[in-house]
Amino acid sequence: MSVQELERIFQGKIDDEIKIEPKDWMPEKYRQTLIRQVSQHAHSEIVGMLPEGNWITRAPSLKRKAILLAKVQDEAGHGLYLYSATETLGVTRELTINDLHSGKAKYSSIFNYPTLTWADIGAIGWLVDGAAILNQVMLTRTSYGPYARAMVRICKEESFHQRQGFEILLVLSTGSKEQKEMCQDAINRWWWPSLMMFGPHDSESTHSDQSMKWKIKRKSNDELRQSFVDMIAEQVKVLGMTLPDPKLKWNDERGHYDFGEIDWEEFWNVVKGNGPCNRERLEARRRAWENGQWVREAAAAYSEKRKGRAEAA
Amino acid sequence: MNNFFRKFYYGDIPEESAGDASQKNLKVSPIAGDAAEPTDWPLWEIFIRSKQGLDHKHVGSLHAADAKMAIENARDVYTRRMEGVSIWVVESKHIHSSNPDDAENFYEPAEDKVYRHPTFYDLPDEVKHM
Repeated sequence: MSVQELERIFQGKIDDEIKIEPKDWMPEKYRQTLIRQVSQHAHSEIVGMLPEGNWITRAPSLKRKAILLAKVQDEAGHGLYLYSATETLGVTRELTINDLHSGKAKYSSIFNYPTLTWADIGAIGWLVDGAAILNQVMLTRTSYGPYARAMVRICKEESFHQRQGFEILLVLSTGSKEQKEMCQDAINRWWWPSLMMFGPHDSESTHSDQSMKWKIKRKSNDELRQSFVDMIAEQVKVLGMTLPDPKLKWNDERGHYDFGEIDWEEFWNVVKGNGPCNRERLEARRRAWENGQWVREAAAAYSEKRKGRAEAA
Repeated sequence: MNNFFRKFYYGDIPEESAGDASQKNLKVSPIAGDAAEPTDWPLWEIFIRSKQGLDHKHVGSLHAADAKMAIENARDVYTRRMEGVSIWVVESKHIHSSNPDDAENFYEPAEDKVYRHPTFYDLPDEVKHM
């Protein structure tokens, strides 16, 4: 069978909404695109633990500590589901993680912003996880089976993340003057970076077209961003807070909110590694990997020893 | 034609990256250079029984040094919300599977045997409970 023929069969399956499974033939570019996207997604979950983990010991009550701990643990699990999905594409876990540590692989730029106050934990849950969920809900219908299954699992767990975030802000929004200010300040700082999470405009996104044809992505960056703005612009009213965009305004004709332009220079700058925390985040991941080395070695040695004993017996 | 088929999946990852933690064939990381660290722990497939009376179902995979660690990690990763009452783990390299390329021929014998389904039989409406 020629490559053209195989490609035709492959695209036929995609068009018929038949999922692609790891052992099926797939174009090399499809595989590469998925390896890039799924591993970046995995890295984002793992690096995403850092800004929040930072607040576990300082969360204001035992209840909040327990919740935050559970949430950060979830993110570790989500990273694992996605690393496993990446492995089904024929790359080893080790190589994938090396690519993160060497800076070759990217992760979501949002995690290169610092968490300065407790309200940031609320804003991350509400805005950052809210934006991630829109993307992830779409991805439960992605064409690659293992990725779609990982997403279903993740979406189930993720909705508590957004709700707990909103609830943190809700409590602050009814608190003292300082607490209200803290709440508004966190929203102000996280709003634009959250909008950037959806990526460049459709007219500029380098990966979108082919990804749509292959149904890896099923909605465009701008479409998802618009749904996010529409959703948050309503929810922020419940908090009695505002979004830091003077151009944000309901447009009756479009049936959507209009909003201002993202600072794309900042966006590309952070992607290229010059955000406030890029270096710190990567350093933390590398350190964790190096410090864990003796554990990995000890476990392997222990397993070896027990195997030897079992054989001797 | 086989050149185009790279068959990797949960239970079918290539030999050099499967296997146990004790394998002699240590891999050198292409990026970290000469850091001759042992390769990943072996990959395990995880099956979970969500409640008594139901089958164990495949939920995903993870790396672990041995079966005990695989079970404990599976508990932490796949049952954080009481999704399971029993866990099976099996090293991925022990799973064999049918080949999707052969699917057409492989499942073909069942195709023309519609009489195996109850709906094949046309019975008068008077017949009840059948």
